[in-house]
Amino acid sequence: MVGRIVTGAHYGLRDWLIQRISAVVMVLYMLFIVGYALLQPHLDYDSWTRMFSSNVLRSFTLLFLLALYYHAWIGVRDIVMDYVKPAGVRLVIHVLVILALLLYAIWSVQILWGM
Amino acid sequence: MKFRIYRYNPETDAQPYMQDYELDVDMASPTQGKMLLDALLRIKEADDSLSLRKSCREGVCGSDGMNINGRNGLACITPLASLKEPVELRPLPGLPVIRDLVVDMTQFFKQYHSIKPYLVNNDAPPETERLQSPAQRAELDGLYECILCACCSTACPSFWWNPDKFVGPAGLLQAYRFIADTRDQVTSERLDNLEDPYRLFRCHTIMSCVDVCPKELNPTEAIGKIKDMMVKRTV
Repeated sequence: MVGRIVTGAHYGLRDWLIQRISAVVMVLYMLFIVGYALLQPHLDYDSWTRMFSSNVLRSFTLLFLLALYYHAWIGVRDIVMDYVKPAGVRLVIHVLVILALLLYAIWSVQILWGM
Repeated sequence: MKFRIYRYNPETDAQPYMQDYELDVDMASPTQGKMLLDALLRIKEADDSLSLRKSCREGVCGSDGMNINGRNGLACITPLASLKEPVELRPLPGLPVIRDLVVDMTQFFKQYHSIKPYLVNNDAPPETERLQSPAQRAELDGLYECILCACCSTACPSFWWNPDKFVGPAGLLQAYRFIADTRDQVTSERLDNLEDPYRLFRCHTIMSCVDVCPKELNPTEAIGKIKDMMVKRTV
């Protein structure tokens, strides 16, 4: 263990800030999507696909999902830092989580624009 | 009045255990103390094997921090009348127990030392003193009053889990006390020292520290101000 007691590792602020900003993005999207869905008189498959045919809503949804993935990355990383002590195992888990989230991001684009 | 007190003497006991005590407490008596520490000292008169720390008996020294009915506090300023029976007393959580209610504070003070809890000013000392405006001085209110009783840090799950890496609410409140001091010249170094996913950012703002602080200070607010300053110097 290197001397964390003496000095900071010089990171952490950006992650903390991004977690705050992504939380705001997610709240805005959820309020919007719930409000939008409630305003639809008949919420069926047709209105749902029509809703998501707009590129603006697709982009907003993608922004929400990217915010979610980044937010989740920081949260999961913090949990791993707390509970997984060996550095090697921790690094492997970090890489797996990042790969999974990247995959989700690509998958999200495919779902949103493949509809 | 009924008490259940955590007892552990590592030299003779294999396991910690809870011991029951009963004490006649006369709330109307003018000579009997009305605080939990007074009762504890009377219990100790009857059973001198009970160990606890105490000194000033008026909430200034911070020696008698303990877990009182599940909540950290100072025995000397906790009125007996406010307590539900049986009064359950345990050592501060998360720190190694030396004996009974006495805990090993080494890790707590290591974190305190790591934030350099002293004014750093490399200018030659002036004739009289380093002056502050009343507004600059007011910034230190709610910070300098900390008595390092460790009630807050030992109520913090992040400190329980990472006591060697997370500075803890008490240390961070003290860190901000010197960051906020206009006479200090190493603000940037202090921020550098704290910019770390463990040292500062293990605080997830659950505010247990604010809840238990016997001096009614607000470490969470101080931590928020440190983060604010980091954001301002970065963006």
